[in-house]
Amino acid sequence: MDHEEVATLVSPGSEVLGPGHTYGSVTDKISSIVLTRGTGNKYKIGLGISVALLIGLNMGITVLMAYGVGVWGINIPVGWGYAITNFVWWIGIGHAGTLISAFLLLMRQKWRTSINRFAEAMTLFAVACAGMFPLLHMGRPWLFYWLLPYPDTMGVWPQFRSPLVWDVFAVSTYATVSLLFWYVGLIPDLATIRDRATTRIKKIIYGVVALGWRGSAKHWKRYEMAGLLLAGLATPLVVSVHTVVSFDFTIAILPGWHSTMFPPYFVAGAIYSGFAMVIALAVPLRKYYGLEDFLTIRHLDNMGKIMLATGLIVAYSYVMETFMAFYGGNKFDIFMIMNRMTGPYAAVYWVLIAVNLVIPQLLWSARIRRNPLYLWLLSFSVQTGMWLERYMIIVTSLHRDFIPSSWGMFHPTRWDWIVFLGTIGFFFTLFYLFIRFLPMISIFEMRDLVHKTAEEARS
Amino acid sequence: MKDKNFIDLASVRASLEKDGRKRFWQTIEQVAETEEFQQLAHQEFTTFRPSPKTESGMSRRNMLKLMAASASLAGLAACTKMPIEKIAPYVRPPEEFVPGKPLFYATSMPRPEGGAIGLLVKSNMGRPTKVEGNPDHPASLGGTDAFAQASVLDLWDPDRARTVMREGTIVNYSDFLDLLSQLRSQYLAKKGAGFRILTETVTSPTLGSQLKAFLAQFPQAKWHQYTPVNRHAEREGVRTVYGQYLSHYYRFDQAEVVVSLDADFLCSGRGGVRYARDFADKRRITDTHSPMNRLYVVESMATITGAAADHRVPVRPSHVEGVARAIAAAVGVRGVEPGAQSSPEVSTEWVRSVVADLQQRRGASIVLAGEHQPPAVHALAHAINAALGNAGKTVVYIDPIEAQPVNEMESIRELAADMNAGTVETLLIIGGNPVYNAPADLDFKKALDKVKLRLRLGIYNDETSYHCHWFVPQTHYLESWSDERAFDGTACIVQPLIAPLYENHSAHEVLGALLGDPGRTPHQWVRDYWSGQKLATPVEYETFWETCLEKGVIPGTAFPAKTVTPKPDFAAALGTGAASAGPMEIAFRPDPSVWDGTYTNNSWLQELPKPITTLTWDNAAYISPRSAEKLGVQRDEVIEIAYQGRKLRMPVMVLPGHADDCITVNFGYGRTRAGRVGNGTGFNVYSIWTSDKPGFGPIPAPAKTGDRYHLVTTQRHHIITQGGRKVEEESQAAFNRDLVRVADLEEFRSNPDFAADPPEQTTQAPNLYPRYDYSQGYQWGMSIDLTSCVGCNSCVVACYAENNIAVVGKEEVDHGRIMQWIRVDTYWRGGLDNPETYHMVMPCMHCENAPCEYVCPVGATMHSPEGLNLMIYNRCVGTRYCSNNCPYKVRRFNFYLYSDWHTPSLYGVRNPDVSVRSRGVMEKCTYCVQRIKEAEIKAEVEGRTIKDGEVVTACQQACPTQAIVFGNINDPNSKVANLKAQSRKYVLLAELNIRPRTSYLARVRNPNPEIKE
Repeated sequence: MDHEEVATLVSPGSEVLGPGHTYGSVTDKISSIVLTRGTGNKYKIGLGISVALLIGLNMGITVLMAYGVGVWGINIPVGWGYAITNFVWWIGIGHAGTLISAFLLLMRQKWRTSINRFAEAMTLFAVACAGMFPLLHMGRPWLFYWLLPYPDTMGVWPQFRSPLVWDVFAVSTYATVSLLFWYVGLIPDLATIRDRATTRIKKIIYGVVALGWRGSAKHWKRYEMAGLLLAGLATPLVVSVHTVVSFDFTIAILPGWHSTMFPPYFVAGAIYSGFAMVIALAVPLRKYYGLEDFLTIRHLDNMGKIMLATGLIVAYSYVMETFMAFYGGNKFDIFMIMNRMTGPYAAVYWVLIAVNLVIPQLLWSARIRRNPLYLWLLSFSVQTGMWLERYMIIVTSLHRDFIPSSWGMFHPTRWDWIVFLGTIGFFFTLFYLFIRFLPMISIFEMRDLVHKTAEEARS
Repeated sequence: MKDKNFIDLASVRASLEKDGRKRFWQTIEQVAETEEFQQLAHQEFTTFRPSPKTESGMSRRNMLKLMAASASLAGLAACTKMPIEKIAPYVRPPEEFVPGKPLFYATSMPRPEGGAIGLLVKSNMGRPTKVEGNPDHPASLGGTDAFAQASVLDLWDPDRARTVMREGTIVNYSDFLDLLSQLRSQYLAKKGAGFRILTETVTSPTLGSQLKAFLAQFPQAKWHQYTPVNRHAEREGVRTVYGQYLSHYYRFDQAEVVVSLDADFLCSGRGGVRYARDFADKRRITDTHSPMNRLYVVESMATITGAAADHRVPVRPSHVEGVARAIAAAVGVRGVEPGAQSSPEVSTEWVRSVVADLQQRRGASIVLAGEHQPPAVHALAHAINAALGNAGKTVVYIDPIEAQPVNEMESIRELAADMNAGTVETLLIIGGNPVYNAPADLDFKKALDKVKLRLRLGIYNDETSYHCHWFVPQTHYLESWSDERAFDGTACIVQPLIAPLYENHSAHEVLGALLGDPGRTPHQWVRDYWSGQKLATPVEYETFWETCLEKGVIPGTAFPAKTVTPKPDFAAALGTGAASAGPMEIAFRPDPSVWDGTYTNNSWLQELPKPITTLTWDNAAYISPRSAEKLGVQRDEVIEIAYQGRKLRMPVMVLPGHADDCITVNFGYGRTRAGRVGNGTGFNVYSIWTSDKPGFGPIPAPAKTGDRYHLVTTQRHHIITQGGRKVEEESQAAFNRDLVRVADLEEFRSNPDFAADPPEQTTQAPNLYPRYDYSQGYQWGMSIDLTSCVGCNSCVVACYAENNIAVVGKEEVDHGRIMQWIRVDTYWRGGLDNPETYHMVMPCMHCENAPCEYVCPVGATMHSPEGLNLMIYNRCVGTRYCSNNCPYKVRRFNFYLYSDWHTPSLYGVRNPDVSVRSRGVMEKCTYCVQRIKEAEIKAEVEGRTIKDGEVVTACQQACPTQAIVFGNINDPNSKVANLKAQSRKYVLLAELNIRPRTSYLARVRNPNPEIKE
C-alpha cells in the first residue's frame, strides 16, 4: 500500500465512526490532544481539583498512620466501614475496562475500539485506588507483606483458608494483567507519538517507552498474538476477581454476607458500575475534545444496554436476596432483611433501590440511552447506587448481627470522607495526566477501523 | 559584704596544720565548716530530700558541690537500716520464692463505710498486681466485688499524692511531726479543748484503740466520724427496737424467703459479697429436686437485687414504709397499724401472699430494709424479723463492729456547728473527703475555713486536702499495716504488700505521733494491739501472729451472737409513718461503680458499665419510662432538679423498671479534684443532698432546661411498640433468638429439658475443614449459671486486672470501642414498667469450629489442641475480619494505642504474664491461658495431671456467687463437666454449628404461685 493510496482511503463512516475520516485525520485528531493542543483552563481547573483531593488523601493517610484506624468511624461490631466499601466499589469499576478490552476483543466487537484505551486506563487507576484500601484498613499496615507467601525464616505462611489471602492473589493478578494489557496496547501508538513529537525530550521519552516499535509486519504479527493471549488471560479475570472479592463476604457466617448468590451478583454489579464510570468519563471527553466522530451515539447506546442488562441482574439479586431470606425461614436472615428495610439504615436501602434499581429502568428508552446528558446523569445514579450497595452489605449486616447486646452504629468520620474523596482525586489526577500525555483512543485500531469501514464500503 | 559561704583559705590551712597528720579531710568546705556544709550534713542524716526552697543565686561551683554531695548522700541514705517487719505469704513460705513466680499474701481491704473484705493479693516480684478473694475470710469466701478488684489500680494511680505539703509547698514529714509534737504539748495543757479529729467509720480495732487513747489523753478533744453512705439509719432502726446500738448480719444460707424493702444487698454494702454467695447457694440447682429460696423485692431503683428477685415491685421510696407497716401488721408486730399512708404500687393481695410465705418459713426468712430508708423502716424490718422468729437465726445481732458507733450525720453536724461557732481550733481529717461529700446544708467548706489549723491525711490531694493547711499523703491499704473487722466482727490484719511508693504515712503513725510516740511504726501498733488481746487459743504469740498473717483472719474474733429482745413499746417511737410525698421524689444512692466518690479516679471502675443501665463515665437522673413521658423528657435531656432550695442540673436516663414519680441519683461524680480520670465526670449530687433527709425527699416536678448531655452506654436500648405495649427491641430480639432461656421452678420440674438445644443442633454437622481431635488431653470449657449470676460486674474488673486490659475513655466507649473481654449483657422481659431483668455474662465462647479462625489471613488466631481459641498478638495485622465473623462480638480491637505505655507508675499494676497490646491488634478473652499454662507447667514438673479446680480463671475467681466454673471437660468427674451434663445446659447460637466451649445453665425463677402478675 503506497502513500498515495493511504492518503485517499476515506472512510464513509459507520455507526461507530463518523464519516469522512482518513488514516491521517484519525491520527492527527488523536495525537494532537497529546502533542499540540496543550492544556486549557477547564483542564487545569479539573486537574487542580483532583490534585487538591489527592493532597487530602495524603493528609488522610498520614493521620491514619500516625494515630491508627481509630480515626475512622469503625468499631465493634462494625469492623469494616468505608475502606472496604470503597475497595469493592473501585475494584468493581475497574471491571468494565477489562470487559471492554479483553472480552469484547475476543467477541470481535468493533465498537469497543474507540473506548477500550481509556477504559483500560480507568481499570488501572481504579485498581490502584482499590488496592490502597486493603492496606490502609489494616491495624498495622506496615506488616501487609505477611499476607504474601514469602519464604519466612520462621516458616510462617499466610492462612490460606482466609478469603483475604485469595484477595491478595486476585487483586495483584488483576493489577498486573491490566497493566500489561494496557501497556502492550499502547506500544504502537507510543511509536506514533514518538514519530510525531517535535521536541527532543518528548522524542526520547516516547521513544524509550515505545520499546523500539517500528511497525514491521513481524512486529504486528507478534503484537496481534500477544494481544490475543493477554485478552485470553484477562477475560477470566473479569469473572474471577469480583467473585473472589465477593468471597470476602460469603465465606463469613454473617447474615447478609453468607450467601451463594454473591459471585454472579457481584460480577454483574461490577460491570454495571464500571460501564457507568466509562460513560461518566466518555461523555465529557467526547464533548471537550470534539471526539463525537469516534465516540458515537452508538457507543453510548451500546453501553447503556449493557448497563441495563447488568442492572437487571443486580435487581434480580436484590429481589432474590429478600425472597430467599423469607423462603429459607432463617430468623437471622429475615431479621437482617427487615432491618435493612426498616432499621436505622433504612434510608440507605431505599435510596439504593431508587438510584440503582428504579431510575436505571429509564434505560429501556432509546431516547434516554442516545442522549449523552441523560446518560451521563444516569451513570452517576448507578455509581452512587453501587457504592451504597456495598455500604449496605457491609454496614447494615454488621451493625446488628446475632447478639442484640452488641448492636451498634457506624458513623463515618471526616477522615472516612477525606480518604474516600481523596481516592476519587487520585483517580482523576491519574486520568487527567493520562489524557494529556497518552493517546486516549487507540490510534492504530482507529486506523484499522477506517480501513475496515472503507473496505466494506468499497466492496 | 561577706558571702556566708566564703571560705577563708588561710584559716583552713592553719586548722589543717594544727592537727597535722592525725586529721583526715575530704573537702575544704568540711575543714572550713561552712554553714552550707553543716546544712548538707544535717540533711544527710535526717532524711534525704531536696531543700524546699530553691537556691536562686546558685553558682556553677555551688551547683557542682551540691551534686557531689548529693551523690555521696544517696549512697549513705541507701545504708539506712530499715526496721524488720516480716510479712507472711499465704500457704507458700518465702523460702520457696522463685523469681518470676508470684506469691500470694492475705490482707483485707477497708471500706469507707467500715467492714472489710478479706483478700489474697498476688505479688509479682514485690509488686501487688491482682486482688483475689480470701476463701478463709467470712466476708469473701473467695469472691470479691468490683471495688476490691479495682483497688490495686488505686495503689498505682499516678494521680496519688506523693509529698507532704504545707499550704502548697513541699515540706518534710519531719516538719509535720514537729508540728504534731508542738500541738501535743500545746493541747495537753488545754486537755485537748479545740482539737478535733474527723475520720470515716472506723472498724479497725487498732485505730479505734489509738483514737480512744487519744481521747483519754485529751478528754476535751472530740473524735467525729462521717461517711456519706453510712449505716446510720440501720443503726438507729436497731436501737429503736432493741434499745442499744448493735451490729447485725444476715444468714442468707438459712433463709428460704427473703423480702427486701428497698435493700440492694447483693454485692453492695457491708457483707454484700458474702450475702450474694449465701443467697446464690440457697438457689443453686443441681437437679429437679433442688430447693430454691424465694426473693421478694420492693424497690425504687432498678438494682441487681431487683433483677435477682422472683417478685419485684417498683415502689417510690416513701411508700416502702407503707409496705413495711402492712407486713409488720400482718405478721403481728405489736403496736404497728397498717399505717395511714398507702402504697398504691403494692396490692393487699400481694402483701398477703408475701406474709403467708413468710409465716410458713418462720425462723427461716429475712426481711431487710435498704440503707437509705429511714430508721422507722429498719425498725419495722427488725420487728418483723423478731415476730417471725428470725432474730438470732437468720438475723444475727452482735456487738457493734465499729470501734465507736455514732450517729455519723449527727457527728458531722455537730462538727460543722462547732466550726462555725469558732470552737474548733485544730482539725485533723483522716481519710474521707468531707469538703466534697458532706451534706450541702452544712456548708462544710465554709465552716472549715473558720478552723485555724487544718490538717489532713488523705490518699489524694483532693477537694478536702486543698482546703487544709497541712497535707500528708496517706498509705494505700496495700502499703501499710493495719487491721479491720468484717461484717460479722471477724478481725483480720491488713498486711502490706509493698513499702509505701511515695512519702505516704498511715493513720496509725499520725495518731501515734499525737499520742507522743512518733517512732512507733504501724506494724508495731498493730502487733502490740493484738498481743494485748486475749486470744481464743493460748499459743505463743509469734505463732499466733504468723497464722493470722498467713490465713488473713484472726481466729476466734467473730463476735458471738447476742440474744436480744425487742422493747415492748418501740412501736410508739415510730410515729404514724405519714411521710409527706410531693409530686415527685428524689432518692440518693451510692453509685454502683464509684460508690460515694472514693473510687472516682479509678478508670477501671469509671469505664465499668453500671449494672442494668450499662452507663459508663457518668451518673444520671434515672426515671421510669412513664415518668419520662409525663415530664416530656427523653434520655440525654438535661433537667433541673430543685430540692430544698438547691438546684442541680442533670441528664435524664430512662430506666425500665424504675419506680414512677421518682428520680434516683447516684453519688460519687462531679468531682473537681479527683485526678485526671475522675475530674469532670458526671454531676455532683452532694450539692443538693441534705443531712435531714439523706435517703430521699420530695421534690417538685423537675424543669426541662432544653440542654442535652450525651450519656454513654455500652448497650443501646431501642424502645419499640409491640402488641400494643412498649418493649425494648434488643431484649425482644434476644428472646426471639432464644439467647435467654428461663423457666419457673414448676415448669423446670415438669420439663427439666426446657432449655436444651434441639438434638440436630447438638450433633456435629458437616464441616468443610477437618475437625480437631478433642478426645485427648485437657479440653478446657466453661459453664455459666444464669440462675446464680447476679450481674455484679466483679468478673469484668477482675479481667481488667488479670489481662492488662486498656481503658479507652468515654468518647471511645461511645464509638463502640470498649476493650472489656467479658461483659454483662442485660435483657428485659415484659413491658417497660416492671420488666424481669436478665443478665448474661459473655466471655469468648472458644468455639470448636471457630468462625474467627479460618478468616484470619495471617493465622493470628489459632486453635490449640486443648480447645482454646488463641490470639497471637504479634502476628495480628488487624484486618478485623475475625471480629466481623464472630457471632458473639467478643473480640476487641486496639483502634488506637489504648494501653498506657508512657505512665511509669502504671507499669506496676501490669500482670507480667500477659502482653500489653499495642495499636492495631485484636484481642479477646483467652480463658486466662497464662493461668492454664502455669498450672500445666507445675503439674508437669510434679509428674501428674492438672487436678480439677487447679486452673481458675480470673472471672471465675472473682465471682461472688460461683456462677462461673471452668475446667477440663474431658474429665467426666470435673465440676464443669458435671455442670455441662445438667439438663439446663445450653449454648448460644447452636444452630451455627460453631460448637462453643462456653455454655450456660438456664435461669430458673421461683415465683410464688399465689401471685399472678
